[in-house]
Amino acid sequence: MMKKAGKIKGLSLQVIPYSEVSELTIAQRVKKILHLVLGNKIVILHGRLRPEEEARLIEDTMAMVDHIKNFKGIELAVIEPDLKSESVFVRWKHGVAKRLVGDNAALTVIGPATLIKEIKRDPKKLELMLS
Amino acid sequence: MLKIIKEFSRRIWGSIFKKRKKLELGFYGPPNAGKTSLANRICKDWTGEEIGSVSGIPHETRNVQVKEEVKIKYKGKELVFKMVDTPGIATRIDYEEFLKFGMKMAKAKKRAKEATQGVIEAIQWLDDMDAVIVVLDATMNPFSQVNITIIGNLVARKIPVLIVANKIDLKKADVKKIEGAFPEYETVGISAKDGLNMDEFYESLFRLSRKA
Repeated sequence: MMKKAGKIKGLSLQVIPYSEVSELTIAQRVKKILHLVLGNKIVILHGRLRPEEEARLIEDTMAMVDHIKNFKGIELAVIEPDLKSESVFVRWKHGVAKRLVGDNAALTVIGPATLIKEIKRDPKKLELMLS
Repeated sequence: MLKIIKEFSRRIWGSIFKKRKKLELGFYGPPNAGKTSLANRICKDWTGEEIGSVSGIPHETRNVQVKEEVKIKYKGKELVFKMVDTPGIATRIDYEEFLKFGMKMAKAKKRAKEATQGVIEAIQWLDDMDAVIVVLDATMNPFSQVNITIIGNLVARKIPVLIVANKIDLKKADVKKIEGAFPEYETVGISAKDGLNMDEFYESLFRLSRKA
């Protein structure tokens, strides 16, 4: 049965701390993200998804585009700290932390494609909503 | 322990039979980068037949297309590939984008539906690849999350990668930008449409096959 995605009424951000998803399986993590995105939320995930999780997110997104009316997909971006100008010690510290607990210094931003397209078309709307 | 033994025996047997093996070579990348154009150029050069149709409208390839045996002879060496041309990977597909190309609504919706299934199929084929050519449009920004996701998945699966910066016949093409975005991988600039720099491409392809 076709479901209908909700209309864009405003901008809603949902921050997910790393601790909230660290124990979840790939399927659970992707399901949680897509559930929020389908509710027209922009998800800010503390940390970054592993490559196989990103692939699964794209697969599940495509399956939903196929089944949910007005859902066109997602926009995905990873914001990472620029460590190029940092000292060798700081970079080493980040490298060790990354291996031990995963890359949680990064932020992953995932949002509904239609909403992001709207923001790109008129960035002032975003400024207005945030001010 | 069992995993280590399995991996060890795979490597031993792999090295013994390496020369006789037919390599499964995948063409991956975002939509409209020229994957099918490049696969067509190779197939046409070595088999006389093309693998699929190309067009300026994104998502022209919506099914995985396979050419079972392509023998490439280059500078006295010969390699046999099974070539797998995949649909472009994207995080969003909007039928309205196809309407801009003058497509009728029903046709655009059908194309979008097929394209979503094509993306899923392309991802599912990743595990079967021995080596992958990531085809990027040299006129576009290479720092897209889709490109990073594709390459990240290949690295995670330990699949050797060659990056092709396609469309160097266009003024806006910037091969250096693509090299700078992915400095860990060999990048070769070509024009699949005009057949530019194909000699360098085949050199790189043979180097890639040695890593597989």
